[in-house]
Amino acid sequence: MLDEELKADLQKRGIFVASFEDLYNWGRKNSLWPLQFGLACCAIEMIATAAARFDMARFGAEVFRPSPRQADLMIIAGTVTKKMAPLVVRLYNQMPEPKYVLAMGACAISGGPFKEGYNVLKGIDRYIPVDVAIPGCPPRPEALLEGLIKLQEKIQGQRLFGPHRARHADTGDAADYPVPAYGAHDLEPASTPGVFQPDPPRRDGE
Amino acid sequence: MTGVLEAIKAAIPSAGVELLNNPSPCAQHSLLVAADDARAVAEFLRDSLGFDFCSNVSGVDWLPRKIKEEVVHKETVEGVESEVKETVEREIPGFLEVVYHLFSIAKKSGPLTLRVRTGNRGGDVSIPSLTPVWKGADFQEREVFDLYGVRFDGHPDLRRLLMWEEFADHPMRKDYVAPDDFEYEPTPHDKILAKVKARTEAA
Repeated sequence: MLDEELKADLQKRGIFVASFEDLYNWGRKNSLWPLQFGLACCAIEMIATAAARFDMARFGAEVFRPSPRQADLMIIAGTVTKKMAPLVVRLYNQMPEPKYVLAMGACAISGGPFKEGYNVLKGIDRYIPVDVAIPGCPPRPEALLEGLIKLQEKIQGQRLFGPHRARHADTGDAADYPVPAYGAHDLEPASTPGVFQPDPPRRDGE
Repeated sequence: MTGVLEAIKAAIPSAGVELLNNPSPCAQHSLLVAADDARAVAEFLRDSLGFDFCSNVSGVDWLPRKIKEEVVHKETVEGVESEVKETVEREIPGFLEVVYHLFSIAKKSGPLTLRVRTGNRGGDVSIPSLTPVWKGADFQEREVFDLYGVRFDGHPDLRRLLMWEEFADHPMRKDYVAPDDFEYEPTPHDKILAKVKARTEAA
């Protein structure tokens, strides 16, 4: 790795030095293409974020794609019902690597106000890995932009080579995340082992 | 309401229709219709009394319950006849109820509340569908079927509306137990719930 002091010194003399990783990640983080879909009221805030007033285009993420094959960012904007969850996982599987997930709002993170209900998934992280979670009900457009910036920071810091390389840089066979099946009482399985380690349910204020 | 009841009785003398009074200040009385006569009564209401709009279909789950009644009967003790009050406990078996709210747009009147009950909560949960009478009841009857498990005979497309096809339960029934798959978090209501619990246990 290049010494930061030397790098700054060279920069003063008009010589810019960057690693291939830095350039590659700089390009990636400023051209995120979100998948165009919304699940509930958070989607309205997402639309507001993309429109002129908040203008997501300033961060290079304005190209909402209607096909998962062309998208690399999934914004889970809203309540994921148990009926919808298998379709969301399927869409995620259809996206090409590298791909990222923003869980937007209380419902997408944990089920939110519907957590004790029978028909709402208690957080999309039960089935797919979430990179950034944005709290709020719904989060303000500024919060979504903040989440996007956090994701950009994460992308900038990802390694492409070496033992700590990012998931998409792994040459191993990338397996699909299992799509849950509709069961007689609940989704089966209720969460994917390895993706989500649930706390044992506690009652009576233990 | 009594006018409607008399009109039904006059047109269909065999119809099992009963007026259920609502003692609360809103005084929204309703008509309890026997399941076998529901179609005929509904068609009469639409065609002759002008109830052309079914605005709302809801389900109610009534668990078996015990009610206490005071029964007055005469008793003769040593030749003296006196009235004796006795409290009798009577058990009412559980059933599912479907409530229809009807309006007349032509006559600008309503709502008229119809109630139809199933035989019990277990096997006998069929009532005739009123979708052939009011097209707007279609999705609402499907929702009642989905969440309460009432079977509507004669419904054109009786499938689950909100839950998936493979789902076996009826979540709005009072004895439904939701899957226990979330982490407990104390809520601001916990203290109040504990207080209410202590009070009900003391009583």
